[in-house]
Amino acid sequence: MIYFQVLANGLILGGLYACIAVGFSLVWGVLNVINILHGSFVVFGSYIAYFAYAYWGIHPFASIFIAGVVLYGIGYAIQAGLVNRVIAAPVLITLTLTFGLDLIFNNAMLLAFSGDYRQVNLANPLPSLRLGPVFLPGDRVAAMVLAFLLTALLWRTLRDSSVGRAIVAVRMDREAAALMGVDVSRINAITFGIGALMAGAAGALLSIIYPISPINSGAFLGKAFIVCVIGGLGSVPGAIVGGVALGLVESLSAFWFGPEHALTISFLLLLLLLFVRPGGILGKKGYE
Amino acid sequence: MKNWLILAAGTAVLALLPLLGDNYLMRLATIATMYVVLAQSWNFIGGLAGYPSFATAGFFGLGAYTSAVLMSMGSPLYLSWAAAGVAAVLFSALVGGAILHLRGHYFAIASLVTVEVLREIVNTTPDLTGGGMGLNLPIMRMSVAEHATFFFYAMLALAVACMACAILVHKSKLGFGLRCIQQNEDAANILGVNAYLYKTAGFAFSAVFAGIAGAIYASWVHYIEPPDVFDILLSVKPLVMVLLGGLGTIFGPAIGAFVLLAFEEVVWRNFLTLHAAALGIIIVALVLFLPNGLLSVTRERFGVRRKKRPGEARP
Repeated sequence: MIYFQVLANGLILGGLYACIAVGFSLVWGVLNVINILHGSFVVFGSYIAYFAYAYWGIHPFASIFIAGVVLYGIGYAIQAGLVNRVIAAPVLITLTLTFGLDLIFNNAMLLAFSGDYRQVNLANPLPSLRLGPVFLPGDRVAAMVLAFLLTALLWRTLRDSSVGRAIVAVRMDREAAALMGVDVSRINAITFGIGALMAGAAGALLSIIYPISPINSGAFLGKAFIVCVIGGLGSVPGAIVGGVALGLVESLSAFWFGPEHALTISFLLLLLLLFVRPGGILGKKGYE
Repeated sequence: MKNWLILAAGTAVLALLPLLGDNYLMRLATIATMYVVLAQSWNFIGGLAGYPSFATAGFFGLGAYTSAVLMSMGSPLYLSWAAAGVAAVLFSALVGGAILHLRGHYFAIASLVTVEVLREIVNTTPDLTGGGMGLNLPIMRMSVAEHATFFFYAMLALAVACMACAILVHKSKLGFGLRCIQQNEDAANILGVNAYLYKTAGFAFSAVFAGIAGAIYASWVHYIEPPDVFDILLSVKPLVMVLLGGLGTIFGPAIGAFVLLAFEEVVWRNFLTLHAAALGIIIVALVLFLPNGLLSVTRERFGVRRKKRPGEARP
């Protein structure tokens, strides 16, 4: 019976992981850029939610919109102003560039907010649910549902809107998309902006669950990596599959081997997957 | 021949430094030579073969912990250092076998993850490694000045060995093969370069010196802990130094190491809380404005510009 609880915990974690990773996966898949800034974007989203709640009493779930808009602006500006200049350079160059930007961004957050852990303590938390033997904290379940909704919203946007189709076109073939009249630089910037938006929204959701500190950015980035490798790149369903898989693996291995080994096991799983199936579970062949 | 003369001259100048009798300078010089080792190590796989490895911190930390654990069991100093080199090579062969078939971002991430796995393994085996508490090494019975000089010479010897190895590799078939792999791996394979063997060899070269450097570092500072020796910056800084000096060159990594250290010292002294951002700014400026390193500027100024072949892309 305890397994139902473990599975429920894994599912809740998984929804949040999917939401963290889907923006990262999009940027990687479309631009072929690993955005090391992603973890810091998530943390910044959490800070926005924290301060909005502390000063104006805005519920973190409503802050998703504020964090999303602010981070979209930041992401768009970074891609349009900096990353677009070296977008055609080898992998090493873009990776190093976003790493350098992350050092700057993270240091700025440390100076502005200090490294102290902060937490959003809701005045009226949602009541907990009980389904037979399974205990479900209300706020976490709500955050998971919102995370899945946001991810689904992104999926619909990519499928149905003209900007979304342009993004998918650039992902499939950059040159052909340009020939068909797609402004590739602008689509690059929008894609990076959407990636940052999803990170900020995920951060706002996470603010009620995890303590907030710039130090956490590396952990979020690590989750995004693993989810992308498990699920495959650049596709929304891949991020969902990867996120849920990682959530379940973490919660099961924490139950079997103890929570201190959960991280090691998920990293070992990542190495194993890279060895046997570098494209991910849902990945397409021939897509580097 | 010219390369050997430059190496000999540089070594001679550095070897005279202890005569100044300044222990702070000794400390800086030890770090500088350690940076040279790390940068040159990374250059074997990252610069020559073009594989963006982030495993340097893993080799460094593995070497540090191998020698520290052995010494805490009573093994002599030099034997522990050698064992650290062997452990790093074995680890690189093991990991290389698993991840060297990946390319681009996937290789970068896989190499980064090996560092995390090693760190977590050390963290979760406190009986052997002290876990998060860290590990103390036996204190050596010598005066402060002797201590500083001894470790400077140890690190300098390693740096010279590493540079000599780089000169040999650059001229050898191995260096040629690695450069072929960087330009076009599939074509290299078709032309009879055993890419897998060459990459593994390049990866092993990038492991052995970093591992021994970690061992010397551990004995030098007497205390190591996982966040210190598996620090991700130990993987990133070598890459920045090589970019500063020039990818795939022989002396570029060494020049980059000295430049980066000088820059770090200035920032540490004046703006302590901003040092991460300062490193970030130098990285961003480097990538955007100087993608071929500092040497490319002097080369252009003196008009020895490399001829552009037809059809070659803008660097």
